[in-house]
Amino acid sequence: MSVLVLADHGLGALSPATARVVGAVSTLGPVDILVVAENPAAIAQSASALAGVAKVLTAKGSSLADGLEALLETLTVRYRYVASSAGSLGKDVMPRLAAKLDLMPVTDVIAIHGPNSFDRPIYAGNAVQTVTDNQPRHILTIRASAFRPAATGNAAPIEALDGTVVSAASLIATHRTESDTPDLATAQIVVGGGVALGSAENFQLIESLAKKLGAAIGATRAAVDAGYAPNDWQVGQTGKIIAPDLYIAIGISGALQHLAGIQGAKKIVAINTDAEAPLVKLADMALIGDLFEIIPQLLAELDKAGLKR
Amino acid sequence: MKILVAIKRVVDHNVRIRVRPDGTGVETSGVRMSMNPFCKHAVEAAVQLSEAGHGDEVVVVSIGPRTANDVILTALAMGAHRGILIETDAELETLAISKLLAKVVAEENPDIVLLGKQAVDDDSNHVGQMLAALTSRPQATFASEIKVVGQALEVVREVDSGRETLSLPLPAIVTADLRLNTPRNAALPMVMKARSKPLAVRPAAEFGIDLVPRLKIEKISPPPERMAGKTVATVADLAAFIAADVSDMEAL
Repeated sequence: MSVLVLADHGLGALSPATARVVGAVSTLGPVDILVVAENPAAIAQSASALAGVAKVLTAKGSSLADGLEALLETLTVRYRYVASSAGSLGKDVMPRLAAKLDLMPVTDVIAIHGPNSFDRPIYAGNAVQTVTDNQPRHILTIRASAFRPAATGNAAPIEALDGTVVSAASLIATHRTESDTPDLATAQIVVGGGVALGSAENFQLIESLAKKLGAAIGATRAAVDAGYAPNDWQVGQTGKIIAPDLYIAIGISGALQHLAGIQGAKKIVAINTDAEAPLVKLADMALIGDLFEIIPQLLAELDKAGLKR
Repeated sequence: MKILVAIKRVVDHNVRIRVRPDGTGVETSGVRMSMNPFCKHAVEAAVQLSEAGHGDEVVVVSIGPRTANDVILTALAMGAHRGILIETDAELETLAISKLLAKVVAEENPDIVLLGKQAVDDDSNHVGQMLAALTSRPQATFASEIKVVGQALEVVREVDSGRETLSLPLPAIVTADLRLNTPRNAALPMVMKARSKPLAVRPAAEFGIDLVPRLKIEKISPPPERMAGKTVATVADLAAFIAADVSDMEAL
């Protein structure tokens, strides 16, 4: 009943989502982690420290879908479950692998009820589907923000696989958003900004509040479309799904598609001029007013309150 | 060059859906339906490639009940040349959909297959990737830019860390994200013209695919409701609320 997890990583480090995927699937059986990277060593070290991990497998190569499909297809025979986070890598690869194996995947899992019973959201999180998967193997993607991370302190053995992962496609450029804020999908606090910010310069107000709180930065689709924020900050049905302890939504009215991305937040704070905005109605705490006046005051008040992060 | 676009008819994305009280599904009768927004971006991308001289023919295919003809007509009005409806009243899983589409790819042999990255009803985000596996073609999902460069495509993808550019040898499969383009609204003459374009209706059974679902849907439930919140009057009160919440958080 063992599980193979495909690791998510970036800039040579294991992504925080992987610890949460391991936390989620370790109830299903012993977990092996596969790290595919040009330089997998450091990532594999972090993966081997996760509790519940029996073994870390490494392979050299790129993380493009067709190459990963071929590698995973050969490995899958040994496992009952193959899982990854429901981030851009898992979404790209897992359905492809499933079809190759003639399996129907269960994706974006938000709850595991038993060895073959899973919950997944549909209609932008406005409904939840409970499915039973009686296929001989299970291909899963896990919504990382819905699960607690696995503990660390383990030292699982690391085993290098022969050969390199090759793809018919080739990666010719990457455009990485430079930011020293925490990973959005797994952050404990997120500060989000909407189109009301009015410009990329003004969006720095959101960034300064995020920095003060040690928070990740989110944005609405409209703010990203307008060029105020990079695409990987988009929160919503088609962007990132977040479940922080605290979400502070600033100048965001709350389109259905944005609300889909924040339903898992424990507490929501809204700052908006419109007392009738859907997000204000949804928030645990709201302040009605002009964000350009409120944010500088809020920064000062948080200092006064002795907030330390 | 031939471009195939697969499109889906879904509950309109602006409709606030209602879960049936008996847990059997989401109420879809009497609800406004339209083309899945991501599919519209895929159709627009195909028409733009064709207008730029990269596609002699744009073929659209949809799978669903007879009423799904309306989204095919929308695509034809946007500039696609020919439509295929694979007719079925059954709710098909993405694996069955992909197998039907693989048959269409085998018949039509398109150089590029474009799809929306996900449908806003089941939010699966599967079909492009599955079709790529079943047809052994390279894929670029979540595309925000597509360029034809010789016998290859250069596709900018939106990924968790930002963007990346892939080069794909043709034939290839691309799924559209929202920033790929702005879908056109077809003018009335185009809508009229669409009705005279070829549209083949073929029963799903004709393709000889096992369409039986693999997963059993036990129930469909509404998400937990949030409690209505409060409003504070001053910035100081809000700061106190945030500071208290932050100090309560367990350190990671």
